[in-house]
Amino acid sequence: MDLSSINPVLLLASLIVAATPILVAAIGELVVERAGVLNLGVEGMMITGAICGFAVAVETGSPALGFLAAAAGGAALSGLFAALTQFALANQVASGLALTLFGLGLSSLMGQGYVGVKPPATPRLDIPLLGDIPVLGRVVFGHDLVVYLGLALVVVVWAWLKFTRAGLVLRAVGENHDAAHALGYKVVRLRLLAIGFGGACAGLGGAYISLVRVPQWTEGMTAGAGWIALALVVFASWKPGRVLLGAWLFGGVTVLQLNLQAAGIAIPVEYLSMSPYLITILVLVIMSADRSRAPASLGRIFHASG
Amino acid sequence: MLRLERRPQPSRLWTWLAPLLAVLATMVAGGLLFALLGKNPYEAVATIFWEPLFGEFASYYRPQLLVKGAPLVLIGIGLGLGFRAGIWNIGAEGQYIVGALTGAGVGLAVYPLDAWFVFPLMVIAGALGGWAWAMIPALLKVRFGTNEILVSLMLVYVAEELLAAMALGPMKNPEGMGFPGSRNLQQYPAAHNAEILTGTGMHWGVVAALIAVIFAYVLLGRHILGYHIRLSGQAPRAARFAGVRPARLVLTCLGISGALAGLAGMFEVSGPAGQVSIDFNVGYGFTAIIVAFLGRLHPAGIALAGLLMALTYIGGEIAQSNLGLPAAAIQMFQGMLLFFLLAVDLFTNFRVRLRKTEVA
Repeated sequence: MDLSSINPVLLLASLIVAATPILVAAIGELVVERAGVLNLGVEGMMITGAICGFAVAVETGSPALGFLAAAAGGAALSGLFAALTQFALANQVASGLALTLFGLGLSSLMGQGYVGVKPPATPRLDIPLLGDIPVLGRVVFGHDLVVYLGLALVVVVWAWLKFTRAGLVLRAVGENHDAAHALGYKVVRLRLLAIGFGGACAGLGGAYISLVRVPQWTEGMTAGAGWIALALVVFASWKPGRVLLGAWLFGGVTVLQLNLQAAGIAIPVEYLSMSPYLITILVLVIMSADRSRAPASLGRIFHASG
Repeated sequence: MLRLERRPQPSRLWTWLAPLLAVLATMVAGGLLFALLGKNPYEAVATIFWEPLFGEFASYYRPQLLVKGAPLVLIGIGLGLGFRAGIWNIGAEGQYIVGALTGAGVGLAVYPLDAWFVFPLMVIAGALGGWAWAMIPALLKVRFGTNEILVSLMLVYVAEELLAAMALGPMKNPEGMGFPGSRNLQQYPAAHNAEILTGTGMHWGVVAALIAVIFAYVLLGRHILGYHIRLSGQAPRAARFAGVRPARLVLTCLGISGALAGLAGMFEVSGPAGQVSIDFNVGYGFTAIIVAFLGRLHPAGIALAGLLMALTYIGGEIAQSNLGLPAAAIQMFQGMLLFFLLAVDLFTNFRVRLRKTEVA
């Protein structure tokens, strides 16, 4: 074993890359859950986004178009969930599971021609001067646009929920949909928009895995990232800032165990690969003591009688 | 303008009609999907639903119906019990894997002992393994209030890694010339889950599934525990007042479903699969979720739904080799089924009424 082969600067830089997909997906799901909807289909939307983005990026040669297509694909799939839960008033847990099962099938069907293909590289932003600062430059300023987009999303969602009227209405709908309805707010319309936003974010996160993180297409490649994103929302007590913290923690664990694998530590690879999932469980256990933060209408079916 | 009116009680007619309509809708939508893939939709749907039962080689495929249906029904019965009580065990796939590992582990540990008690011991070990794996989310939920959906699901990925570690490490066949995978239990008579009647596909897992169906039917309809399960699902507050202890119910429901999933894995590894290998699990634990819902969480319904899903697996394999239909298309087909079922279920709980425009 040679731990000195692990470069801390590269470790930190790749931590941020590893955290981005679950960060983006979790921020989207946070908005959905704040609106009182529990969408368990994040994994399905992520993997669909991963293949939509990959396919479009390969066909057009443009990663930017790929990311756009991924967001569109994720949002389109979330439309199915929205139709089921908001119009057919179906159980949200069951519908979310259906979305994940369906998304896994759909993605492997769409991805048949793309196994082993190399996607076009997503360029890193080269910020002059800032990027040349010794350690900080590589860790903070040496990434692609999506990383910064993810960070911006956290700030925007936080500010939007806290300071705007629309954010307040969304939170009201999530806390008590009957009261919000009585006040004249459009519960279903708002939730449709939130679900769509969550889908787009999940799709974007998925595409980041297939286009940047790995980068190639294999069946089931998100490997539970969507579920980790769901856990992240619970971990964050439905607060955007803590989603960021959680994403970096999981990113750190993932990168560290990969580095330990490469360094040839005397633990079989399989046991190291378990660690992100075990850490997720551990964190869930620690955080679940604080239950008061969950939106009060989370997962409940809204049916306006009258 | 259409208006939805909640029924005072779920419609009995629609409860049983919904799955049939969902299957029909899936056939139509699936046909469209197959047409998009450039296959003859009629031929593809017929291959999936007709060929295994009445086709040319039906005598070969019919036993497969039991072989593939047994694990689905076993797992589905356990999941159905939990879902009824509002306890969401999504990690049956993990419990299935661990049950297979513990079951096969006992068999491999005593190899080549030839005694009558080897197989029963493996059965017990398999059930205990699945039970123990399900106890992790159960205990965490009871003790810390942790979400059982996320924990049980995370444990699927952990179990998959464990399976790989076992197939490449401790359980690897010492005479396997270095190939991954354990000894083949089919060649170890004391541990082999052989067909009870040759050529019927009837192995001990099928018997266990049948017992589980009857057991669950009696439990839900005739036993106080079954009443508590139904009560907790429909009116959690009322259940608390009636003296139901939620913690005990969580432990019981997750325990039963874990043990049944473990049994399914054990019967699979010692019978049809034969050995512990990296790609041993094929998603029965997830498909069983569809089975449980399609069967209306009712034991008899789950048995029928399990056979239907087994049919799509077998038919899908035939369509794969005969028509070149991709395997993923079948997976999508099964996902669609759950979608349509959830959509059609609107009519079970609601009445659609025409609203007359009121004059102000």
